[in-house]
Amino acid sequence: MFLYRNQNKNKCRDMDTILLQLLNGLDKGGAYALIALGLTLVFGTLGVVNFAHGALFMLGAFCAVSFNKLLTLSKKVKDESITFFDAYKEQPYLEIWLGDTGTTIIDWSVPLSILIAIPVMLLIGLAMERGLIRHFYKRSHAEQILFTFGLAIVLQEIVKSVFGANPIPTPAPDIVSGSANLGAALGLGDNLVYPWWRLIYLMFSAVIIAGVFAFLKLTTFGMVVRAGIHDKETVGLLGINIERRFTIVFGLAAVVSGLAGVMYVPVLPPDYHLGMDFLVLSFVVVVVGGMGSLEGAVAAGFLLGILQSFCSLNEIKAIIPGIDQIIIYLVAVVILLVKPRGLMGKKGVMED
Amino acid sequence: MMNKPKEMNELLLILIFSAVVLTMPIWLSPLGAAYPDLLQKFAIFGVFAIGYNILFGLTGYLSFGHAAFLGVGSYTAVWSFKLLSMNVLPAVMFSVVLAGLFAAVIGFVSLRRSGIYFSILTLAFAQMSYNLAYSVLTPITNGETGLQLAKEDPRILDSAVVDGLPSTNFFGIELQGFSGFYFCAAFLILGFIIALRIFRSPFGLKLRAIKTNQTRMRYTGFSTRPYLLTAFVISGMYAGLAGALMACTDPLAGAERMQWTASGEVVLMTILGGVGTLFGPLLGVGIIKYFENIFSAINEQALHAIFDFLPTWLEEFMVLITHPFVGEGWHLTLGLLFMLTVAFLPGGVMEGIDYIKKKMSSKDTDETEGTSTTKTAEEGSSS
Repeated sequence: MFLYRNQNKNKCRDMDTILLQLLNGLDKGGAYALIALGLTLVFGTLGVVNFAHGALFMLGAFCAVSFNKLLTLSKKVKDESITFFDAYKEQPYLEIWLGDTGTTIIDWSVPLSILIAIPVMLLIGLAMERGLIRHFYKRSHAEQILFTFGLAIVLQEIVKSVFGANPIPTPAPDIVSGSANLGAALGLGDNLVYPWWRLIYLMFSAVIIAGVFAFLKLTTFGMVVRAGIHDKETVGLLGINIERRFTIVFGLAAVVSGLAGVMYVPVLPPDYHLGMDFLVLSFVVVVVGGMGSLEGAVAAGFLLGILQSFCSLNEIKAIIPGIDQIIIYLVAVVILLVKPRGLMGKKGVMED
Repeated sequence: MMNKPKEMNELLLILIFSAVVLTMPIWLSPLGAAYPDLLQKFAIFGVFAIGYNILFGLTGYLSFGHAAFLGVGSYTAVWSFKLLSMNVLPAVMFSVVLAGLFAAVIGFVSLRRSGIYFSILTLAFAQMSYNLAYSVLTPITNGETGLQLAKEDPRILDSAVVDGLPSTNFFGIELQGFSGFYFCAAFLILGFIIALRIFRSPFGLKLRAIKTNQTRMRYTGFSTRPYLLTAFVISGMYAGLAGALMACTDPLAGAERMQWTASGEVVLMTILGGVGTLFGPLLGVGIIKYFENIFSAINEQALHAIFDFLPTWLEEFMVLITHPFVGEGWHLTLGLLFMLTVAFLPGGVMEGIDYIKKKMSSKDTDETEGTSTTKTAEEGSSS
C-alpha cells in the first residue's frame, strides 16, 4: 500500500514537471513568436531581411525602463521616521503630488508603459521604414542584411550610451510579482507553482497574436495587405497605394515586437545587447516556420520554445549533454536541409 | 578597354606588398600606430579578412559563422601549447588543419543552401559552437574563464621547468613585441600570396562565375558545390590561422571569440575596405583597427584640446556633439560608418578610390566616357 502511494506520488511529480516545462516553453515561445511574427510580417510585405528587428524588441524594453525612470523622478525629502538626526530619502514627485495613487501608478509602471510604447514604437517603425529601409527594397538581400546589421549596432550603441551597459531591473506590479499556485487551482497538489507575470506574458502574447491575425484576416485593410503580399503589382494596378499600407505594416511590426519587449522587462532585466541575443533566435524561428508565413512563425515560435524547455530537463540533459543549448539551432539546420521551405512556407517565397 | 585594369606583375606586387608590410613599424610611426600590439592586430585581422574575402568576395556567400573557426584555431593553439610545446609552429599547423576540418563539416552542410538561408545556417552553427564552448565543452574550453596556460601543463616536448608561465617562442625567439609582429606579418604575406594566386587562377574565375550567375554556371556543366566547399574550407583555414596567431601573441582563448557578432566584425572590415578586391579587406582592417585605437583613446579632455582654437561657446558645442562618438562610443561611429558605406559605396574604400581615379582621368580625356565606365562599375558591384 505504502509502495503504491509512493509510486503514485512520483507519477504526480512527473506530471507536474511536464506541465511546468510546458508552461515554461509556452511563455518562452510567446516571446519568440511575437518577435518572429513582426519579422516575417516585414519580410512578407516589404521583402526586406531586417537584422535590426531585434533592436526594436530591445527598444520596446527600454520604453518600459525609461517610463519607469520618468515616473520615479524624485527629490530629496526629510525622512520623518528618523528623529536622531536629519536624514534624507528620495521620494518620487508622483508620490508627493498624488499620495497613494502615485505609489500605485509607479507600481504598475510596466503595464502602463504599453500605452507609451505603442505610439513611440509606431513612430520609430515609420521613421525607420520611410527614412532608411525604403531605399533598400531593390538591393540584394545581402546588402539589406548588412545595412540593417549596421543599423542594429547603431541603435544598441545609442541605448548603451544613454542607459549604460548594465541590465536595468524593473519589477512587475506587486500583486503579480509572486507565484500562482496552479497545482491547487487545477487540483494537482501544491507542488505546481508558476510566476504570475510569466502567465500574464503568455496571455498577453496570445492576445497580441490574435489581434494581429484578426487585423489581417478580418479587416479590409488587412485583406488588401494580404493581397499585396501575394501580388504587389496587381494590387497597385487596381489603384491602391500599397506602398503606404506596407509602411503601416512595418509600423505595426515594430509595435508588436516593441510590446513583446515591454512586457519582457520583468522577466529579464534588459541590457543593450538584448536585441542581438534575440535576433538570431527569431531568425531561426522564422526560417523554421517558413519565410513569409505568419502562421508558421507563430507555430514555430511556440514549438521551439516548448522543445527548448523540455530539453533543459535534467533527465534529457543526462542523455545528451548540452542539448538544451543547441536544440533550437539543430532543429533549424535539420529543417532547412530536409524541408527547405520551412514548416509552413509557401511556394515561391524566397527559394534558392 | 578601361574596364579591364592592367594586371600588375605578380612578383612585383608581392615584393611591394611585403616591403610595405615589413616596414609598417617605420612608416606607421608618424601616425602613432607603430607599437607592436596594434601592428600584431593589423596582421592577424589582415589574415582573417583576406581569408573571409576569398569566400564572401569571390562567391558572394555571406557567412556569419567565421568566428567559430577563429575560436577553434585559438583553442587548438592553446591546447598545443599546453600539451606539446611552447613552440608556435605545431600550434599553427594543428590550428589550421583542425579549423579546416571543422569548416569542411560546417561548409558541407551549410552550402546546400544559398542566399540568406546560407547566412542563417552559418549563424546557427556559430551560435551552436559558442553555446557549447560556454557550457558542455567546459573541460576543453574552460568555459567562461577561457583557456589559459598553467604551470603544471605536461608540455611533453619541452617540459623544462621555468619560473612562472613560459612564453610562446619560435625556435627560441620569444614572440613578444616586434618579433611577434614579424611572425604574424610573415603569415600575412604568405596568406596574401596564396590569395593572389587564387584570385588570378581559373579556380578564382570559377568562384567569381558562381557569384555572377550560379544557374548559368550550372548549365555550362559545372558542379558548383565542390568549388564553393573548397573556397569555404580555405577561408575557414585562414580564420583558424588568425585564431592561432592570436593565441601565439597572447596565449589564451575565450568563447566570446566565437560569438556571431565577432563574425560581424570581419564582415564590417571586408565591406568597408572593398569586397572582392585584393587589397580592400586589408585596407578595411587597417582603417577599423587604427581608428578603433585612436577613437577609443579620446576622452573629453582630449576633445577640449582638439577644439581649443575655437571660441569657447563653439568649443563646448563641438565637444558636446562629438563626445558620443569617441571613447566608449567608438562602436556607434563604426556602425554609422558601416551603414553609410553599404548605402552609398557598396564597393567600399576601393570603389571610392577607383571612382576618384576615373574622375581624374576622365577630366583629361573625355567626360562622357568616364561617367559611362563608372556606371558600369557600379552596376557590376550592385548585382
